[in-house]
Amino acid sequence: MPALPATGGVPSSGGALTLAATATSGGETAAFWVLGTIAVLGALGTVLLRRAVHSALCLAGTMVILALFYLANGAYFLGIVQIVVYTGAVMMLFLFVLMLVGVSAADSLKETLKGQRWLAAACGLGLGVLLVAGIGQAAVHTFEGVGRANAGGNVPALATLLFTKYVVAFEVVGALLTVAAVGATLLTHRERIEKSKSQREQAEERVKRGTQLPPLPAPGVYARHNAVDRPGLLPDGTPSELTISATLRDRGQVREVGQEALHRVAALEQRTADSHGQTEHGRMYGEPHDPQRDVDDADDAGQGGREARKARGEAREEEAAK
Amino acid sequence: MSPVNYVYLAAVLFTIGAAGVLIRRNAIVVFMCIELMLNAANLTLVAFSRIHGNLDGQIMAFFVMVVAAAEVVVGLAIIVMMYRSRHSASVDDASLMKL
Repeated sequence: MPALPATGGVPSSGGALTLAATATSGGETAAFWVLGTIAVLGALGTVLLRRAVHSALCLAGTMVILALFYLANGAYFLGIVQIVVYTGAVMMLFLFVLMLVGVSAADSLKETLKGQRWLAAACGLGLGVLLVAGIGQAAVHTFEGVGRANAGGNVPALATLLFTKYVVAFEVVGALLTVAAVGATLLTHRERIEKSKSQREQAEERVKRGTQLPPLPAPGVYARHNAVDRPGLLPDGTPSELTISATLRDRGQVREVGQEALHRVAALEQRTADSHGQTEHGRMYGEPHDPQRDVDDADDAGQGGREARKARGEAREEEAAK
Repeated sequence: MSPVNYVYLAAVLFTIGAAGVLIRRNAIVVFMCIELMLNAANLTLVAFSRIHGNLDGQIMAFFVMVVAAAEVVVGLAIIVMMYRSRHSASVDDASLMKL
């Protein structure tokens, strides 16, 4: 392929683009190696990180770098569209769905097919070797650059092509987008089969069932943790499932207030007491110091909480007895 | 440096994406890997457009972007539906048709 001396070209960013012949500018080479490395790292992160949100962020980074590469290759319109459409719209759509589905739900490491992961990785490696070898076989040593094609500006040139040579494809793609929009609304639309219950009906139903008359107990342990993913503690120190929203329970996002947490709280109290030089707990409860009791008392900072919890525990036991 | 390096980079990214589709079990991450593969293909098209000195490659990349957007919309709707019925976004749990 003869190397064409590029005439005209885009004046402001001519440098790398209007170069004809065999090599790009040194600046572009440096940018390629630095950004290319980051892009590959981002892609690896997308595949290897266990949390889907981290994967999404890595992918967004890779896409921004690809946008820079488009710009470096003279595809100005595509570079901007890549940032606006991909990192702006598509990745945000991904993040929305992630929030809907549960952010911190990590991938399970359980293998359904034995050895599938390693086999897949080997297949990927083989594919990579094949692709790279194929490109090596077909390598071109000169290139023309898009300087001449972009002479009148990238966007007008693209528009001219799009509305003449590719106008049919453009129309078809428009139809495709319409179908996709209708399809997505159809898929996520849910028809209500039965009438939704009114508040009065719900209340009557609850009285009829008789298991949980008052509103569900609040999560958190008073004066200790008030986060919604902390279960409240029953009088015996066991966490109460009732206090956590069903969604969090489904996702497995309930944070346990386990025995070690109780010990940590006790140790913290001990340290505080030591630093203040007080032995208030010792005076109040007598020795030996019981961390379990300590927490229970701490979470009963609001008076009346204990009675409520006791009643709840009894209700629970009755339920279990049934 | 020759612009063919961009094609090599695209091949590497495509490979990583393909391996990711095979390895990961979370449907959303699988989808992200597909997006990565589409982006790698786009980079190839843009690089070839530069090598050959005409804009047809960029038009192709543009169409790929549009189709990818449509695909993401429908695919994510399917994932949301799957999550509603199975309470999980893992591709292993969608096994109703398995014997």
